[in-house]
Amino acid sequence: MSMTMSQKILAKHAQLESVQSGQLIMTDLDLVLGNDITTPVAINEFAKLGTDKVFDRSKIALVPDHFTPNKDIKAAQQCKAMRLFAKDKKIEHYFEIGQMGIEHALLPEQGLVNAGDVIIGADSHTCTYGALGAFSTGVGSTDMAAGMATGKAWFKVPSAIKFNLTGKLNKFVSGKDVILHIIGMIGVDGALYKSMEFTGSGVKNLNIDDRFTICNMAIEAGAKNGIFEVDEIALEYLKEHHKGEPVIYQADSDAVYEKTYHVDLSTIKSTVAFPHLPDNTRTIDEVGNIKVDQVVIGSCTNGRISDLRAAAEILKGHTVHSDVRALVFPATQKIYLQAMREGLLEIFVEAGVAVSTPTCGPCLGGHMGVLADGEKAVATTNRNFVGRMGHPGSEVYLASPAVAAASAITGYITNPQEIKEN
Amino acid sequence: MKAQGVVFRYFDNVDTDVIIPARYLNTTDAKELASYCMIDIDADFARNVKQGDIMVAGENFGCGSSREHAPLAIKTSGIECVIASSFARIFYRNAINIGLPILECPEAVDGIKAGDTVSVDFSSGTITNESTNKTWSAQSFPPFIQKMIASEGLIGYLKEEGSV
Repeated sequence: MSMTMSQKILAKHAQLESVQSGQLIMTDLDLVLGNDITTPVAINEFAKLGTDKVFDRSKIALVPDHFTPNKDIKAAQQCKAMRLFAKDKKIEHYFEIGQMGIEHALLPEQGLVNAGDVIIGADSHTCTYGALGAFSTGVGSTDMAAGMATGKAWFKVPSAIKFNLTGKLNKFVSGKDVILHIIGMIGVDGALYKSMEFTGSGVKNLNIDDRFTICNMAIEAGAKNGIFEVDEIALEYLKEHHKGEPVIYQADSDAVYEKTYHVDLSTIKSTVAFPHLPDNTRTIDEVGNIKVDQVVIGSCTNGRISDLRAAAEILKGHTVHSDVRALVFPATQKIYLQAMREGLLEIFVEAGVAVSTPTCGPCLGGHMGVLADGEKAVATTNRNFVGRMGHPGSEVYLASPAVAAASAITGYITNPQEIKEN
Repeated sequence: MKAQGVVFRYFDNVDTDVIIPARYLNTTDAKELASYCMIDIDADFARNVKQGDIMVAGENFGCGSSREHAPLAIKTSGIECVIASSFARIFYRNAINIGLPILECPEAVDGIKAGDTVSVDFSSGTITNESTNKTWSAQSFPPFIQKMIASEGLIGYLKEEGSV
């Protein structure tokens, strides 16, 4: 029975020789993740199960990243409940403020993700870890509770779409533009219930941060997971961060894909998703004159060191437009420190950018950059739904760090090429 | 198990940010969450919905975040069942996991409008628009999921199976 990458990982974790799409299976889990919004609900469900033990305290990660540092009293209560649960169950991977980062940047960096793992997280962007060849997917709080208690989760084995990547990205074009381009092409439900598997000769031209960004937004096409073939670049990252041996799965040569898309990376332009869906995309030359009030650079999608370098390269020697509030959120403490050592934070502060401690904050309209009625933001985040970043009358335009940085300088959505040429 | 109620009708791609905006996620209290359900696209929903009512929407219902607060807010608001052309996958499993009945039936969605009275027979998957006397059959769930629905969700299922 021929299988895709995702199917092979699932079969192994279900102790089955092979699986086929549509089959319902129970799989073992290598990691269960929750954050300060989803974990409190999971704790309530966990209590209903009538057990006080977690399946493995080294295979659970709890990250207070959404409404932290605590935005209000209610958020503080939720974080406290999560902290007490972590202490009570002696959870090894609880990350307090000062150590924490945005979960999907933090977990790979902390060596909690390995190639070949099955990971569930009570956060939809858990699909990020496919960049390292893991099967990882977002679930709800009840799944998280059951996962913490049993170390297992139920899945309907997904079918898959293959993306055959070739060529090399042009200057100022990044993984964000690739995934926005793909979502624009297939739609917000274009991969509903399916795996998005990325392969081809162009993969080697994408750095690991580009791959994290691409897998991160697989959910915005409705996918169950996104996954890259493991190559030298992924192995190098794993060697630096993870103690275990990677387990590499390759799709069978005759594996069945519902569809194959060929994407020539050299043809992709900077891409922007207009309100109010991530598939409402336009290339930068089709954007027109969109004045912005706020620029957000960060999030689980684009808060990594490559993203900050791309933004700093554009902002260096420039000043943020007087009508714009520009905010940068390094995704983890380690990235923050690295950005400081590389002089990136100095470039940001000198340009008039507000630099924050890691938090999901504004991406979901939580805090640290909530929009008023009628305001527009260009953001390197992942969703531009109605009210996503604040008032239901506000608008979010999704873009790459380079486009966001260029827009901060001019005050309207701008091609980074224009800044570098002038 | 049957349900009958008045229809609240929405469009394609209803996302979890409009079902329950993130600014209200600083609580796990189901009643409080329900009081803000759909607020950004239908400010009157929470006030007008009655126990037993039915929500009907188009493609990709519940797309976006994994927040279980979304199906929980819908269920606690009084909605007995959600009928959609298709569901986003995390919402789909969350609804089943917490025992909120959902049915996929694009044909029924096309034949139901806001304010219609609709009845649903969960054992047969039959959907009837009582206002127009039209009936449809929704896709039935696989036996594993039917068992989970009968156990009122994943927690009940795991306890009955002795998995914990």
